[in-house]
Amino acid sequence: MENRTIVKLENVSFKYDREWVVKDVNLDIQSGQFLGLVGPNGSGKSTLIKLMLGLVKPDQGSIHLFGQTLKQYQDWQEIGFVSQKANSFNSGFPATVIEVVKTGLVSRIGAFKFFNKKHKEKALEALRVVEMEEYAYSNIGELSGGQQQRVFIARALVSDPSLLILDEPTVGVDAKHVTEFYDLLGKLNQEQGITLLMVTHDIGTITDHATHVICMNKTVHFHGASEEYKEFSEEDLNQLYGHSVQQLTHNHEHHEVNHND
Amino acid sequence: MIDSFLQYEFLQNAAITGILIGIVAPLLGVFIVVRRLSLIADALSHITLTGIAASLLLEKRVTAVNDWNPIYMGMVFSVFGAILIERLRKVYKHYEELAIPIILSGGIGVGVILISLADGFNTDLFSYLFGSVTAVSRDSMWTVLVITSIVILIVILFYKELFVLSFDEEHASVSGVNGRWIHLLFIVMVALVIASSMQVVGILLVSALMTLPVASAIRIAKSFKQTIGLSIAFGETSVLVGLISSYHLSVPPGGTIVVTAILILIMSILYKRVRAQQWIKGEA
Repeated sequence: MENRTIVKLENVSFKYDREWVVKDVNLDIQSGQFLGLVGPNGSGKSTLIKLMLGLVKPDQGSIHLFGQTLKQYQDWQEIGFVSQKANSFNSGFPATVIEVVKTGLVSRIGAFKFFNKKHKEKALEALRVVEMEEYAYSNIGELSGGQQQRVFIARALVSDPSLLILDEPTVGVDAKHVTEFYDLLGKLNQEQGITLLMVTHDIGTITDHATHVICMNKTVHFHGASEEYKEFSEEDLNQLYGHSVQQLTHNHEHHEVNHND
Repeated sequence: MIDSFLQYEFLQNAAITGILIGIVAPLLGVFIVVRRLSLIADALSHITLTGIAASLLLEKRVTAVNDWNPIYMGMVFSVFGAILIERLRKVYKHYEELAIPIILSGGIGVGVILISLADGFNTDLFSYLFGSVTAVSRDSMWTVLVITSIVILIVILFYKELFVLSFDEEHASVSGVNGRWIHLLFIVMVALVIASSMQVVGILLVSALMTLPVASAIRIAKSFKQTIGLSIAFGETSVLVGLISSYHLSVPPGGTIVVTAILILIMSILYKRVRAQQWIKGEA
């Protein structure tokens, strides 16, 4: 697949209550990549995602999606979004898994049109990809955190997006399912050619799965291949995080030890 | 009952209006409950009272205003209150729920003043507060029919948008759904349905007809569509049983409708318990 720029940010800045949360970000995201977006707490990772999705408007700079400005951009079905599960939904909500997955088709179907049988089949197909088909008619609240997160990925996949954006999707998913989760993402990236952009705290695991890493703290400090990121020196990381980050070199992973939060 | 139903127009009006609101109040109620907006229904019903009071006062004081149906003024106030709540929610960004007590107490406060100016509390007012089987005019019945039809049509047309907005506002926004516009449309529908329902169930109990059937349905239903279906079935049962017993016992229908809805709620909670126990036994 030929690589092309699908997301382009130029000098993007955003402030919240007079404080810059995102400052002068320049970013080029190429199709086919699996990008991990890492950085300390409050480094503006989630805000950057919200800026790309048009959920918040930048104070400065410009954002292009698939070559169009955010304002012109209408093809929202091209972009799947999986947010931090915990905040975004009420777990007592009376809906089945398939009803939730079908909401991923709302932008594709358009106004004044209804869900039909074809949409149901698309939803079942997306559930098959995340191996949740057997739960299609279960109540969403009865599933475990990891299963719910798979359902939300199916919801994002159902409109056949070429870009999938995930905001800390492993929060609330138990450790033993996190590996399976990364395997699923790897499969989506390699087999279906979906570009992935994933915000995460887990700087250790992400470098083992993602092809590229973006490391930011208000502005982008590193953007390159995962292999290069592993070479990124401890000193650089400490400077970035503002406190000591111990690198456990025996398994080639960085582990953040001192949490300031 | 059937004989009197065929004989008296007022009974037909009350029954048909009751059947209509038995569909439409729980239908909107489902969205209200899952979006945690239950108290908005209360605020809007109280400001509807202000509209009724204003209409009664005008009728007393202004001779030109003789045959006004208070339901219209109630609707105007209710819709106005709905828009005001939305504005207030923006003023108090971090305390959005403050909008509700502001509108609720404001509605009652102004309402009480207007009622006193209109010569106080009479039977007319009592029937607005707790509902009545005799007070629904043919004219009101037609108005409610029109509103019911419009609301059902809009809910069908915007079902997927309303659903996605209720489930996950952020996702709705990423799906290109204009959340603000849909929400405004929704809240205006709620305001109209509240004003429509008040003649049968009464202002103080309107919100019960929107929330109690949903509270029962949510215990049992698995899917959202099932929740809607069961809510309407429970709402309709409450209205019909309530109206018939109200007629025979000569008590306001608001009371009997709400008591029926509460009984259904208790049954649904017990049903869920029994089912859970059976399930545990089955596992063991």
